[in-house]
Amino acid sequence: MAEPYFNEMYDAAGLRTPYQMLEGWHQNMPAEFRALKQAEAEDLFRRYGITFAVYGEGGDPDRLIPFDMFPRVFTSEEWRKLERGIKQRARALNAFLSDVYDRGEIIRAGRIPADLVYRNEAYEIAVAGFRPPLGVFSHIVGIDLVRTGADQFYVLEDNCRTPSGVSYMLENREVMMRMFPHLFQENRVAPVDGYARLLKRTLASVAPEKCDRDPKVVLLTPGHFNSAYYEHSFLADLMGIEMVEGQDLFVEGDFCYMRTTEGPQKVDVIYRRIDDAFLDPLCFRPDSALGVPGLMNVYRSGGVTICSAPGAGVADDKAIYTYVPEMVRFYLGEAPILENVPTWQCAKADDLKYVQEHIAELVIKEVHGSGGYGMLVGPKSDKATIEAFAAKLAANPSNYIAQPTLALSTCPTFVNEGIAPRHVDLRPYCLVGRDIELVPGGLTRVALTEGSLVVNSSQGGGVKDTWVIAEE
Amino acid sequence: MILTVLHKTRYEFAAPVGGIIQSLRLTPAKSESQRVLDWSIDVPGAVLGTPLRDGAGDYVQTVSVRSPSAQIEVTVSGTVETTDTAGILRGHRERVPPRAYLRNTVRTEPNRAISDLVSEAMKAKDDAPALERAHLLAAAVAEAVAYKPGATSAHTTAAEAMTEGAGVCQDHAQVLIACAHLAGLPARYVAGYLNATEDGSPHEASHAWAEIHIEGLGWIGFDAANKCCPNEHYIRLGSGLDAQDAAPIRGLVLGGSEEELDVSVLVAPLGQSQQQ
Repeated sequence: MAEPYFNEMYDAAGLRTPYQMLEGWHQNMPAEFRALKQAEAEDLFRRYGITFAVYGEGGDPDRLIPFDMFPRVFTSEEWRKLERGIKQRARALNAFLSDVYDRGEIIRAGRIPADLVYRNEAYEIAVAGFRPPLGVFSHIVGIDLVRTGADQFYVLEDNCRTPSGVSYMLENREVMMRMFPHLFQENRVAPVDGYARLLKRTLASVAPEKCDRDPKVVLLTPGHFNSAYYEHSFLADLMGIEMVEGQDLFVEGDFCYMRTTEGPQKVDVIYRRIDDAFLDPLCFRPDSALGVPGLMNVYRSGGVTICSAPGAGVADDKAIYTYVPEMVRFYLGEAPILENVPTWQCAKADDLKYVQEHIAELVIKEVHGSGGYGMLVGPKSDKATIEAFAAKLAANPSNYIAQPTLALSTCPTFVNEGIAPRHVDLRPYCLVGRDIELVPGGLTRVALTEGSLVVNSSQGGGVKDTWVIAEE
Repeated sequence: MILTVLHKTRYEFAAPVGGIIQSLRLTPAKSESQRVLDWSIDVPGAVLGTPLRDGAGDYVQTVSVRSPSAQIEVTVSGTVETTDTAGILRGHRERVPPRAYLRNTVRTEPNRAISDLVSEAMKAKDDAPALERAHLLAAAVAEAVAYKPGATSAHTTAAEAMTEGAGVCQDHAQVLIACAHLAGLPARYVAGYLNATEDGSPHEASHAWAEIHIEGLGWIGFDAANKCCPNEHYIRLGSGLDAQDAAPIRGLVLGGSEEELDVSVLVAPLGQSQQQ
């Protein structure tokens, strides 16, 4: 009998090409050796200090996210299509942001409701009419994808602000290469370690016009209490740039400076890993001690570039998500390569009615939620849970969207008895500056619990190395 | 009318602070209602950034002092030619879509009393033109919140002022914004100056009012505190979602200490300004 889920290693016809080299590898691996390697991997991750929660899910920041050694593999052909689709989407999202902070043509054309954009909390009035360098708002676009068939991929959500998790992509590869060097000698796995260089190049490419030298780029972190602090210092190190906190920077006149032992140093580009609200207490939340007072004035007069641009969040809202394929058609005049998951907006009466009638079959999410919290997976929930959720939905429909339960693909994963299929998703990181770049890979999350469709690390998810087989 | 302005804001610190940074919104922008004849901002000992025009059409400027200071004084002086446009803001260059001003902040979040006030004022008026509804709301707010200096503070929210039933221009403006939003009308807070003296005697001339957006007409000022629309006695400095967002001076001191604030604002028709 065929499995109800697409198995990325074995389909109806048998072993799929990209996994051919891995079959012998895992079959010839004695159990004791495997246990040893698993312990070694854990040890390496602990030593690197990579213990943070992905995607701001909260939870214990010192907890190690389980790493599964069985790689997830894409052929170069599969990747080419994904790559085109991801870059297309990143272009459309940036075109949308440029537009809604400018003339709002897509709204004037009636292709997206004005209120969804302008009344959105993430729409920043403070930057209306301002065009950041090269018109780029979202410099790192994290696009969450799931697969349901050999050629069928869906975008679950877009992350246009400061998507995290890329350090896992890099570390997972590093750990795999140290533990199984022969796998990388025998297979042409496309490298991902160029990411840091590309990221730095992307950030430097959006330096302000006023900057007439090699741009000074810094990474602004909220500090070591942040769950992604490790990633911040990791990326700053790899790029060879300073990691700073708000108090390390100051504004004077039309520029922003970094305090150094050799005196103030002008900063041209800030890769910020803090939210808009905390960026500048003189523009946003006055109680923020994490930001840089006066920064928004410098930004808006072209003295410094902030990446991602303040206000970029309006493009990745779950209610806006529905319209991304429309953005692709409207701004690029192209057919969307990647599909959206069909989505019901519970704010709409007809949609709400459908959702209420089919609640047991659907996945229902909060519009502003993240991390797999506050969501209902209908087919996996008992009656009482569904009823409780139905009451919440009825009380505040516009807070929810619903999607069909997707048959997420599976990838072989090490379990006690050997290997077993487990559901996976994928987050590639697309870089947008003067060029649009995508390293061949991303972060694969895996639901380690048998049958589970929730890949969030806070709910039993793990991570895998993601391979793209290089072209001949 | 030609109005002269002399606005001094002086902060004195009990102990010297490590540094000061402020974002000023203290320069009137050109519109059909006002034209700047001359204008200057002077802050001794401070570094001033180049003024920038933000999306709302307001001039914003950074001021900073990096050395330890015991005080800072911002002096604004200038002359503005004003014209009565019946409260309508015309010829003001801005980029923010009016519908972005339908959102509330903590300070403009309505409570039950505010929504009751709106229901009462809008009774049987659902089909009335938006302009008429805006006037009714402004009148209702003037009725519900008595002008009473000292009843509220700079941090009072619309809901609190409504409960108190009293306040100053800031409270009237914020309550009116909350009301307008409930009625589906974009509304924002405006800070500026008012020449309210007929006899030329000194008075408190910092002022605030609300603007409500009316389809087809644009932004229109409503001064609920004075039961009127802004005329040639008003100078508009800038706008925002609430009093904090539109504040003419938003500042921060490093290594804060007790501060004493002294503000004096004189606005008078040209020729009368020496009568202080």
